[in-house]
Amino acid sequence: MGARVKFWIGGLVIVAALGWLAFVAFEESKAYYITVDEFTSRGGDTEGKRFKLAGDVVAGSIDRSRPQLEFVIASPQSSIRVRYAGRDIIPDTFREGSKALVEGTVAPDGVFEASRIEAKCASKYEAEYDGRTS
Amino acid sequence: MADFGTFSLLLALCLSLYAIIASLTGVSLGKRRVTASGERAALAATAAAILALGALLYLMLADDFATAHVANNSSRTLPLLYKISAIWGGHDGSMLLWVFFTALLSGLAIVQNRRRCRDMMPWVVVVLMVNLAFFLALNLFLSNPFNQLVRITPDGATAPFVPADGQGLNPLLQYWAMVIHPPILYLGFIGFVVPFAFTIAALVTRQQGNDWVRIVRRWTLGTWLLLGIGIILGGKWAYVVLGWGGYWGWDPVENASLVPWLVGTALLHSIIVQERRGMLKTWNVVLVTLTYLLGIFGTFLTRSGLVNSVHAFADSNLGRFFLYYMAFVLAGALLLVADRQSFLASKRRLDSMLSRESAFLFNNLVLVAAAFAVFWGTLFPALSEWLRGTKISVGPLFFDRINIPIGLLLLALTGIGPLLAWHKTSPAALRRSFRWPGVVALLALAALLAGGMRNFTVTVCLTLCAFVLATIVQEFAAGAAVRMRHRGEPPPAALARLVGRNPRRYGGYIVHLGVVIMFVGFVGNAFNREATLRLETGETGRVGAYTLRLVDFLEGRKANYAYGRTLLEVTRDDKPLCTLAPEKRIFNSGGQTTTTVGLHSTPKEDLYVVFTGIAGNACEIKAHVNPLVFWLWFGSGILVLGTLMTLIPGSRPREARS
Repeated sequence: MGARVKFWIGGLVIVAALGWLAFVAFEESKAYYITVDEFTSRGGDTEGKRFKLAGDVVAGSIDRSRPQLEFVIASPQSSIRVRYAGRDIIPDTFREGSKALVEGTVAPDGVFEASRIEAKCASKYEAEYDGRTS
Repeated sequence: MADFGTFSLLLALCLSLYAIIASLTGVSLGKRRVTASGERAALAATAAAILALGALLYLMLADDFATAHVANNSSRTLPLLYKISAIWGGHDGSMLLWVFFTALLSGLAIVQNRRRCRDMMPWVVVVLMVNLAFFLALNLFLSNPFNQLVRITPDGATAPFVPADGQGLNPLLQYWAMVIHPPILYLGFIGFVVPFAFTIAALVTRQQGNDWVRIVRRWTLGTWLLLGIGIILGGKWAYVVLGWGGYWGWDPVENASLVPWLVGTALLHSIIVQERRGMLKTWNVVLVTLTYLLGIFGTFLTRSGLVNSVHAFADSNLGRFFLYYMAFVLAGALLLVADRQSFLASKRRLDSMLSRESAFLFNNLVLVAAAFAVFWGTLFPALSEWLRGTKISVGPLFFDRINIPIGLLLLALTGIGPLLAWHKTSPAALRRSFRWPGVVALLALAALLAGGMRNFTVTVCLTLCAFVLATIVQEFAAGAAVRMRHRGEPPPAALARLVGRNPRRYGGYIVHLGVVIMFVGFVGNAFNREATLRLETGETGRVGAYTLRLVDFLEGRKANYAYGRTLLEVTRDDKPLCTLAPEKRIFNSGGQTTTTVGLHSTPKEDLYVVFTGIAGNACEIKAHVNPLVFWLWFGSGILVLGTLMTLIPGSRPREARS
């Protein structure tokens, strides 16, 4: 058997193994990436699925008095209460009024239990100004 | 001065367009004088772009708040250094910085090679100037940093508007690594245009010879180094300033910089195969094109909101133009490659699986697979929305799962590759070169198992680290031993001369050493521990072997922020260790908060403490114990050092005998 053939066989084995691995990892970590509005319009079709919800952190809703941080995120029409059960420290870009992405599942009590929170990244920070630019 | 800036950009655009036309005309008419005027126009375009950046710098230093970009990103009280870095603190200015570096590197490449590579030069100028003109046009028409603020008067007309003070620079960006991170990262993306330009030129003019390999290798190496430093600085910033406990989160922006770096790493290895054996020419052209496109893609991703925002596929105009341009470049390059197949065909084939060539091939396969997986995972939300209407994202788990085995495979190849000979390795040579590294690896494995290590991934990784380390030591020792025997040099002199005679080869081994050390740092992640402590003054909490006692909580106010600071007394195994003062700051403008991490770093582990807020009467403290992080930073330093060594011009490697 030529070295080229052997290389291609070896390469295919590696690629196939990685492909399988990618598939398994994908099934395990995939999350439906939607807005809070789209989430509520799904009705009961949320059980057992992972979601990544996008919305704004409602002013005054951040509650640190409970064992785990809780807050409310909202899209224009609807909102949902979120409980943070993750290990990482919440980024500084997360604050009242900021855009946030919360990833997790719906807990039995109806609260969205997030294992990850992302907030708008600083490199895309653009200050709003009263005036317009020409 | 703002008008002067806009004018400079427009001038640069006109000059770059002229350079394209002159070069093409000169080539088709065969008139050297016309192509020479194209070259000079390209250099003039560079000068004009430098003037444009100079104009924005002037506006920043002069606190010219009539200019929107200055008003949005600077303020009177901002320290000088941050006034300069505020140039790239916002979108428009960072696009100007991008244009400035593009022009600078293009000019440098032209000046450096215009005498040596006469035939290729007109085409090099064309490619470089098409690239420059594209970004100049974007900068000028879609994101001009010289735009003036206006206000709307009650009767609906517009009038100039000059605020009393600017908004200030985002406090999160007020950190030394964030001052130099964007420029270095940009250089690390942009530099790939030079190898690409020379590749296209070599293909068009059917240029054989070593000039192409030499230029591509050196520019790729330099750019790859800067990109690597940029990535590391970004990680450092995330660790120390963002304060979420880690340095890498598989964020789309991070991934966008990693993908071209991985493909660049593949290119740096496969180009050696072309240099030594004349193989893989088509593949190298593909890799050069990919690194260039992926570098552009990195900015595209961060600028277009493609992935970060929900439902924003090619939302902005900017995004659409990026897509058109990348499609144009890719199609052009592929057509050219297809047309030059006979020119690129290699005369040699792979002889044996147990050869250096084959190790390089596997290295390329695995690196490109890693790049593809990261790319695919990052883009999946956009792709799934486009194809199926639902946006599905994958989390860090996906990237970890796939990249950990890939990383281990690469680590193994790092050790195996240098042990194999070019062309073919005889069984006897194989036994000889694998003997000692094999023994060391087995000893390491035995020591790990005896020490109670039961984590499979960690065991494999550390065993491989020991193996690679042994191969590197063996290379240095064997080379030095030959010199000692034949020339009677003492060991230190033999070692120094060995490296001095061939900095490329031994610099490469130093880079590998850096990578091994970084892997030791990665291993630490398996043993991270964390605890959330809610402490009132005087109370204690524990994380790992550390006990934290809240001594005091201070609140206060500085010129532009209010702060809450916790004072923590740390003891380790009941012995006093240090006092940490993690802090939370809330800035006056916009209410942005920043974290000051309390960090006690040792080679063994980092104690990483963040004050996250007040919970009732208590202070909430998140304490992380992150083992071995030190080795990540240390290893990347070694990697930088080794890369610099390989850039030292040395004797050319000989063509391998075949």
